[in-house]
Amino acid sequence: MEILLAITIGLLYAAGIFLILRRSMVRLIIGLILLGNGANLLIFLLGRISKGKPPIIPEDSKVFLDAYADPIPQALILTAIVISFGLQAYAIILVKRAYRVVKTDDIEEMITTDEI
Amino acid sequence: MDSAVEKLPILFLCILLYIIVLAIPSVRKNGLRSKLSPLIPIGAFLFFLLGFDGNKQTAVLWSHDLLPTQLSFTIDGLGRLFALLITGIGSLIFIYANGYMKGAKYTQRLQSFLLLFMLAMLGVVLSDDLIMLFIFWELTSVSSFFLIGFKNEDEASRKSALQAISITGLGGLVMLGGFIILGEIAGTYAISEMHNPETIATITSHAWFTPMLIFILLGAFTKSAQFPFHFWLPGAMKAPTPVSAYLHSATMVKAGVYLLARFSPILGDTPVWTIALISFGGVTMIYAAFQALFRTDMKSILAYTTVSALGIMVFLLGMQSSDAIAAVSLFILVHALYKAAFFMLAGTIDHETGTRDISKLSGLKTAMMPLFVIGILAAWSNGGVPPSVGFLGKDLIYESTLAYPGLNYLLTGVSVGTNIMLFAAGLLVGWMPFRGKKISHKNLQLPAPSLWVPAAVLAVLGMLFGLFPSLINDSLINPVANSISGQPEDIHLKLWHGLNTVLYLSLLTMGLGFLTYLVIRPGAGMLGFIESAERFGPRRILHGISHGFIGLSDWITKILQNGKLRIYLLVILGFLVLILGYVVLAETTFTIDIDMLTNITIYEVIIVGILFISVFLTLFSGSRLAAVAAMGVVGYTLCIIFVFYSAPDLAMTQFTIDTLTVILFVLVLYRLPRFIRLDFSPRHILDGLVAIAVGALMTIISLEVLQRMPEREISDYYALNAYVLAKGKNVVNVILVDFRGADTMIEIVVLSIAAIGVYSLLKLRLRKNEKME
Repeated sequence: MEILLAITIGLLYAAGIFLILRRSMVRLIIGLILLGNGANLLIFLLGRISKGKPPIIPEDSKVFLDAYADPIPQALILTAIVISFGLQAYAIILVKRAYRVVKTDDIEEMITTDEI
Repeated sequence: MDSAVEKLPILFLCILLYIIVLAIPSVRKNGLRSKLSPLIPIGAFLFFLLGFDGNKQTAVLWSHDLLPTQLSFTIDGLGRLFALLITGIGSLIFIYANGYMKGAKYTQRLQSFLLLFMLAMLGVVLSDDLIMLFIFWELTSVSSFFLIGFKNEDEASRKSALQAISITGLGGLVMLGGFIILGEIAGTYAISEMHNPETIATITSHAWFTPMLIFILLGAFTKSAQFPFHFWLPGAMKAPTPVSAYLHSATMVKAGVYLLARFSPILGDTPVWTIALISFGGVTMIYAAFQALFRTDMKSILAYTTVSALGIMVFLLGMQSSDAIAAVSLFILVHALYKAAFFMLAGTIDHETGTRDISKLSGLKTAMMPLFVIGILAAWSNGGVPPSVGFLGKDLIYESTLAYPGLNYLLTGVSVGTNIMLFAAGLLVGWMPFRGKKISHKNLQLPAPSLWVPAAVLAVLGMLFGLFPSLINDSLINPVANSISGQPEDIHLKLWHGLNTVLYLSLLTMGLGFLTYLVIRPGAGMLGFIESAERFGPRRILHGISHGFIGLSDWITKILQNGKLRIYLLVILGFLVLILGYVVLAETTFTIDIDMLTNITIYEVIIVGILFISVFLTLFSGSRLAAVAAMGVVGYTLCIIFVFYSAPDLAMTQFTIDTLTVILFVLVLYRLPRFIRLDFSPRHILDGLVAIAVGALMTIISLEVLQRMPEREISDYYALNAYVLAKGKNVVNVILVDFRGADTMIEIVVLSIAAIGVYSLLKLRLRKNEKME
């Protein structure tokens, strides 16, 4: 399964990069989101995956009795997801505003501060 | 004993202090501070006049064991003559500048630059240490840059200033190379310690002697405007006239001559020195004299005659005979006296009439009698007419060329030719504007004394020294000759040598010079012809280099900073792929231990399959809405993968955030245009290749990392202590809100900032002029 997930990471990265190289602002943002997903999955995978063992201490115990999934990558990813939402929301609104002012979402038409 | 040379730092500090005083902006034009400024050079002049005789004094003020260089001053005949010229002519220039700049803006600024320049010049001629000499040398270049470009709103001024600093600055750098080689060969950076015969023999026989000498000569030739580096000097005439009179008659341009004179006893007795100085000096003096004849601008004529005079000095220094050394010792003084007078004269005429074009000026004699007298006296000295001091100088020049073994006819011919043309050029400036009918400038009056008395002082001195050579023979000139030759010289300046070849040559020079003056009619036609000769040479190269630099940086900027996000990203990703790819390929084993991995189940394959399809849909959908929806599906599949692999918190967060993102997208973007549909093009292939390369790299890296054992020390700490210390059973939750609570708080702050940004962007109302409609 790890091999499959590793390929998935590669695909998400490749798709994200291909999209941020496009001229449309919307595609740029979608690409960023895919890149973020890829990075999250990368961290997740590198923390080693295990089935059915969430890092939650059993009800009647004070410590883990069994093996458990690594909590640190999960904490990192959780932070990353939330932060990337901040970024995405801001980017989406910015694109909307930019479009209302310059009437285009083509990045290559936005390289100058002069009016075209 | 407390010698005068040890008081030099006090003088330098005083000058520096007054520079600062002048640099503080003043409300009033021509305030008290600028009126008092001539007192500084006058004081310095008296210090050098009374404090020193021609004997050599050296003082080491500061040194350190670890540094080869030291803070040391030396003053001898040569240094003293230059110091007297710098401060003496400086005093007159400051008085003159006060008159010339009356009512003009930034007088104080000009004076503080002039003082800075004077300080630097004094440093050059008084330093005993090579590195210190270099520093002051560069300081003269820098301060003259500000002086030449003083009219900074004029483009031609700025250009000339840049030209001057680039040529003298480059020469100075090359000279520094020569200095370092010299210092290393000699084992000392103190010039005064190089004078003993053994050191001189070591230096001149060293394998690096010739390159070192060429480097130093390049520094001197660029500073003293020798052909073909002379072009910056006529350009520098864009400066206000007091500046031209100061820098380009007595001081800055003579720094190169000073340097050659200073090194003459050490490096002079070698073939390279002789050949280089005689040939460059000879070509410069005759070429520039010829150029001077056809100019119409008074300052332009003076600039070219200055170049020519500098050529004469270099030429004389190359000959190394006693006569030549006597000639150059005297000529440095002679030239400074008449040339500064000429410049001030030109400046005053320009100031009063508004033009310096000699073809437009005539009949100024009636209104400006004192100026006419000054012009005649200066031309007299310039032309070497007895009884001026110029006559003595020219006699010595002819004597030395006549005595030069082997080449005496050629060298004498060149000298006579140069002097004939200089004679005529002197008359063009000193006489031509005054004679003839009074055609214009009806309301001319005699200008204020400060505009002509300084020039008169110099012109009269030129006559006085000629009539009574004993005034300067022993006190000034002989010590200079001693410094230049390195051994005691015996000079007897006198007016009358009897009827000999030299006298006939002098008479020939005067006669032909006067004839040339009568024949020559400077005008636009000749000017164009003469200018065409000046187009070639280093000016071209310099322009080429500077334009090349601009072109190159323009080209690089256009490629690297082209404003296209795609190019920036491609460059960054390309480097990432190359460097990371190299490391990965070199280090990776490419073996996968299947036993370490978890099994694959059918529902996982289905989920990953959905993810793959959604990614491709996102990539290639033509509809914006479909792309966003597919992106949402990618998020949900990830969410399910988190569920499979024991990360319930992640699954919940991912689900929430993904949903929110899709909703936001749809709400906000439905009014945007459709995707730009571009035909399939090579850029897609390139982008695709880069994207696939990065993706493949990430896959390989993650597989490689999976082959190593993970480090779980920190995780175990959290797991052990989550309940014991923090009373929480969900370890991820405990880490976020307890162990790393401060981080989470910062994260909340970041989110709040983003939220404020979003809110303000939504609420932003554009003013009318900011809208595109």
